[in-house]
Amino acid sequence: MYAQMVQSTGKGLQDRKEMSPEDQAFQDRIDRGEKIEPKDYMPDAYRKTLIRQIGQHAHSEIVGQLPEGNWITRAPTLERKANLLAKVQDEAGHGLYLYCAAETLGVSRDELVEMLHSERMKYSSIFNYPTLTWADMGAVGWLVDGAAIMNQVPLQRTSYGPYARAMVRICKEESFHQRQGYHIMIKMAKEGTADQKRMAQDALNRFWYPALMMFGPSDKESVHSAQSMAWKIKINTNDELRQKFVDETVPQAEFLGLTIPDENLRWNDETGHYEFSEPDWSEFFEVISGNGPCNVERLNARRKAWDDGAWVREAMLAHARKSQKRAQAAE
Amino acid sequence: MALENPLFEFLLRQGDNALVLGHRTSEWCGVAPILEEDIALANMALDLIGQTQMWLGYAGEVEGTGRSADDLAYLRDVYDFRNLLMLEVPNGDFGRTQMRQFLFDAFQVPWLTRLQDSRDTRIAEIAAKCVKEALYHLERSSQTVIALGDGTEDSNARMAEALTFLWPYSGEMFVDDATDQAMADAGVALLPSELRGPWLETVKAVAAEACLTLPDSDYAQKGGRTGFRHTEHLGHMLAVMQTLQRSYPGATW
Amino acid sequence: MTHENEWPLWEVFIRGQHGMSHRHVGSLHAADAEHAIRNARDVYTRRNEGVSIWVVEAAKITASSPSDKGPLFDPARDKVYRHPTFYDIPEEVGKM
Repeated sequence: MYAQMVQSTGKGLQDRKEMSPEDQAFQDRIDRGEKIEPKDYMPDAYRKTLIRQIGQHAHSEIVGQLPEGNWITRAPTLERKANLLAKVQDEAGHGLYLYCAAETLGVSRDELVEMLHSERMKYSSIFNYPTLTWADMGAVGWLVDGAAIMNQVPLQRTSYGPYARAMVRICKEESFHQRQGYHIMIKMAKEGTADQKRMAQDALNRFWYPALMMFGPSDKESVHSAQSMAWKIKINTNDELRQKFVDETVPQAEFLGLTIPDENLRWNDETGHYEFSEPDWSEFFEVISGNGPCNVERLNARRKAWDDGAWVREAMLAHARKSQKRAQAAE
Repeated sequence: MALENPLFEFLLRQGDNALVLGHRTSEWCGVAPILEEDIALANMALDLIGQTQMWLGYAGEVEGTGRSADDLAYLRDVYDFRNLLMLEVPNGDFGRTQMRQFLFDAFQVPWLTRLQDSRDTRIAEIAAKCVKEALYHLERSSQTVIALGDGTEDSNARMAEALTFLWPYSGEMFVDDATDQAMADAGVALLPSELRGPWLETVKAVAAEACLTLPDSDYAQKGGRTGFRHTEHLGHMLAVMQTLQRSYPGATW
Repeated sequence: MTHENEWPLWEVFIRGQHGMSHRHVGSLHAADAEHAIRNARDVYTRRNEGVSIWVVEAAKITASSPSDKGPLFDPARDKVYRHPTFYDIPEEVGKM
């Protein structure tokens, strides 16, 4: 997902008997469904894991602006340009809300940004794939935002108050994103010319498995996931969400007249779910560790924007300080 | 030379200004100096795209050959564009982008304010909607220009350079021609040259706060709003912007 | 690594269309208060959410401490007589 493979303590679920009395009381609050707020007691590992998770989520929104931003200047109509720009702008907004949530845990936005730029923090693997045609704007909205929503809706109930509130706002705003993407797909795959139909199928072919990878590898046995779920900062397992995504997406592809690029895809009457092929996890690990098709470009684009903007950030603050001094002197 | 359709020409000028500046502004999406500014620039671009739809939509109606705002935006070539040269040159750094926005906003606010009294009620309506957006744009761009001009030695030097670069282009806003005269005679619009005074006052006041000196040259680069001679940059911008409409004629998106 | 050029954090409060009180909607960074107002307008009212904005520098907020939660808020719990449902009014009196 936007926060894939977040490391928690690495020690597995902590046994209640090993917890300090404070940590027991803390876990009890979470079990009762109470929200943890910034000044409340929290175990250090909870704080650190959350910073990693929220930070990764925020970075994904910001890096995620780039593959779609790639098409804003080439959008085919004025309306499409406005839709896409509004959507990519929302992603900046979501990154902003999430960075602010992380800041309540005692880390600054600039520190998080530096960790992204020095590759000490990650972002979602999905944004390391290129967007090659206009149909990719459809596929990204439909599949990538669709997958993101699967994860984000339950996170509105996450135990950390500022994170949960950010997710509420994000989910409210995101509701048009997936529809916007699917609408592009309808125009191209269902109502479009032969070329447009080919573009639509091609986009699905390229984005299907990367979208499945967004949920991360199976985590049934994961030590990190067990602890994160006990803390309610992770609500569902990766496999649950992936299955839900496939079950919802396959009929949508059928409506478009598109073929999911998976020969093993079939409905299972007994389970009431689709069976499908696993993505190539070796590719996933390559992408996560920096070898995806666009990793270098994406990070360089972020670093360049940040470095090019340094003089602006510095000057605006310098002006604010000078103005304040002038105002004080005049008093 | 007799004017074929001065109202159409006039509307293209309004629409193309918004279209071209909106496009340039949208190029900042995802790469601005900080998230807050990224979001603000996108709002500005969205306002301008909306203004484009209104102006070019009306232009299409006035022309009367069934062309839509999209047809006009995506299927004309360089020589048919009527935007100011200042708006088509590349963004440069964030400072130059803000300076350009400011120089344009300082014109747009009084211009749109006066267009609200146009004898053409459609123009008056569009202007009434656009002027609210322009007022906020002016507030934001002028405050940013002041902050960057006043900020640090480096930022002041950058803003001075931006002003020097843009200054000759800004003159084009006030060069009246036969189309402007026809619009003035018909009570549709005022002559742009009437606004040079008020514009200069705004610019002087902001420049003073921004610790910047206005260049004393009056030389104006022109040819954008008449379409006589654009810069080389517009063609590249259109090549990008129009690629899908040109590559797949007749497709709907 | 120092972050001497990081803009301060501001908390944003917005009053919506319907005359309700200002409500905390989130935070943002800005160089000064006026800049924070403009940023709040651009970040938090994109969907026509507000008619009035307050901003306050996050560092200037004094918050109650979680350890005071008991003494601060528990005493209000048993003051049930502050709520209208505490009082039974005979039905024949009608709506009150």
